Amino acid sequence: MTGSPSARERRGSDWLLPVAILALIATFVRAIYFTPPEAKQGAAQKIFYVHVPSAFIGLYVAFGIVAVAGGLYLWLRDERLDRIAASAAEVGVVFMTVVLVTGPMWGKPIWGTWWTWDARLTLTLFIWFVFVGYLILRGAVEDPAVRARYSAVLGVLGALLVPFIHLSVYLFRTLHPMPIILKPGTPSLPGNMLTTFLMSLISLLLLFVALVRARYRLAETLDALEDEDMAESPVASLRAESVR
Amino acid sequence: MPPTIEASGLTRSFGRRVAVRALTFAVHRGECLALFGPNGAGKTTLLRVLAGLLRPTSGNARIDGVALPGGAAARSVVGLISHQSMLYSALTALENVEFTARMYGVLAPRDAALRALQRMRLQDRADSPVRSLSRGMQQRVSIARAIVHDPRVVLLDEPYTGLDEGGASALSDALRSLKASGASLVLVTHHLGEGLALASHTAIMRDGRFLTHEPRGDVELETYRETYREAVTR
Amino acid sequence: MSARIPPGTFAAAALIARKDLAIEFRTRSAFLAALVFALLAIVIFYFAWDATAVSAIDLAPGVLWVIFTFSGLLGLHRSFGVEEADRAIDALLASPIEREAVFLGKAFANLVFVLGVQALAIPAVALFYNLPLARVLGPLIAIAVLAAIGLVSIGTLFSAMTANTRLSELLLPVLALPFFVPVVLPAAQSTARLLAGRPVSEAMSWLRILIAFDIVFVVACALAFPFTLED
Repeated sequence: MTGSPSARERRGSDWLLPVAILALIATFVRAIYFTPPEAKQGAAQKIFYVHVPSAFIGLYVAFGIVAVAGGLYLWLRDERLDRIAASAAEVGVVFMTVVLVTGPMWGKPIWGTWWTWDARLTLTLFIWFVFVGYLILRGAVEDPAVRARYSAVLGVLGALLVPFIHLSVYLFRTLHPMPIILKPGTPSLPGNMLTTFLMSLISLLLLFVALVRARYRLAETLDALEDEDMAESPVASLRAESVR
Repeated sequence: MPPTIEASGLTRSFGRRVAVRALTFAVHRGECLALFGPNGAGKTTLLRVLAGLLRPTSGNARIDGVALPGGAAARSVVGLISHQSMLYSALTALENVEFTARMYGVLAPRDAALRALQRMRLQDRADSPVRSLSRGMQQRVSIARAIVHDPRVVLLDEPYTGLDEGGASALSDALRSLKASGASLVLVTHHLGEGLALASHTAIMRDGRFLTHEPRGDVELETYRETYREAVTR
Repeated sequence: MSARIPPGTFAAAALIARKDLAIEFRTRSAFLAALVFALLAIVIFYFAWDATAVSAIDLAPGVLWVIFTFSGLLGLHRSFGVEEADRAIDALLASPIEREAVFLGKAFANLVFVLGVQALAIPAVALFYNLPLARVLGPLIAIAVLAAIGLVSIGTLFSAMTANTRLSELLLPVLALPFFVPVVLPAAQSTARLLAGRPVSEAMSWLRILIAFDIVFVVACALAFPFTLED
């Protein structure tokens, strides 16, 4: 764990990022030009290919990593786990912001409203708040060990919160009937659209992993620099301490 | 009899920063270890480890035979005094000390609290809210709080800070009588004179290590001052 | 050395709760601030309300439970403030009591605080909005207690984490509010149902969520608390 990362590592990104971007471009081309528009919703429905995979990655993959890495950190106290959690949180926030932005973009042309309390959108909104709180907490705590512990606690508790928000939103929507929008659901997709959807999911997942790795390396470099600073302790000024 | 405080290779680090480095020492019944050293030497960290507030990173330490981290068993015999008062300013002196007595399970906590305040010559201000007391009196309350349960180990982090003549002499008397009844003391202070007056052993700490660790013997204050200066400027 | 037995976890928690309440009672400032805030907010909401557009029974539950949350946050903030001021927390942690006792004691004191504010705020809401409280008083008290338990579990734990950070007053609400959703939503929805004269059984589906939340998070927060302490 000691020692600065090598020059190649310091560059941050690696082969994965260009691959992910290429995959994304291929997916978008396919989605826009080669996948038929959905019967009822028209062209706007294509946002679905970005919206749903991003929600899956932000809510379950990113948040899952934050919670699990946090829990493991509390057990093992390995600072690498904290770094993974923080990187996943930052990238996860971006993905969830995409969900929250594409939701209205999708909803407005179809239903005329910018926001709906759609189950997935609402859950994303609340977990987005938890993520943002997580990042603000990390910014407010200076001591790295304290920061790691607090973040881990928040991450684990946030994971416990998810089912309760699910339940609350579900019960709310059941008792207050609302139009079901932002469909179609994934299992019932016709073959063509399913393929595009899977392509989108995989390329976004690659992008997520590439970004998390880049962010992790950046964190590693910053921590290494901080340690070098601390190693040169100002001994001289301590020696000047006089006694009565 | 086994020492009341013993440490062997005791280390405490914070991430990569090592605050206490493989310390080995022992303090027996009735002994007082006076610990001197510049700021940042790790003295406060050492006391916090012995008090059970921090766990050792590696190495061993025992308080009254209980290995650290010893949980309730180790903490119940330790009294801790620091330069922060650790009091609740809205409560009275007596309420503060009585609360601590109850936390340690002292029988007849109220009486024990009054006795502790008497030892620190504060019985007249027992019912004053702490915030209405001067800094020096608050420190006396804090000391009463730390000794109300007759601890076998007393850890003191610059306890003379803010004390006037009366307070300082009350503290020294209390510490002497604790020593006489068999308690072990670790006294961190910048005040060489006060430290030497109570010490049976002295140590100079820097960068997490003991530069010197020896019985107090008959060394004169001025001589020791020189020893100290040499040690920390080497 | 005198023979002594340090108090067990619940006994220690009771002592700490008593101590916290004694401090609060001595100064009273936080309680009064939270209460005045709640009453002011109720009044302001009242004047912002268009009675022809929304009926009292539709609006009041939301007002009640939102104000409950924010006034509760005001009180929660000071919970660890007294421990940080002169590092009294060190004396607590250096004593033989279990760390969980600190959490339980403080959470209980916070519970009394929050319920105290509610005891005055709920009648105020009933007064302003002309709500038929009498027949739903029993269930409403039960909802208030359940909601308060959820609120103080999260609030006490997060208060421990935010007490010595920068922006502590802002950070506590930012972190805690998403966690209050499964408290406020069931509380408001079941209160609305009760006020509309529906039987208690209809509110039960909401209350089940609240009860489950309480059970899970009281345990989770008590277990998480030691991790917020330096070790």
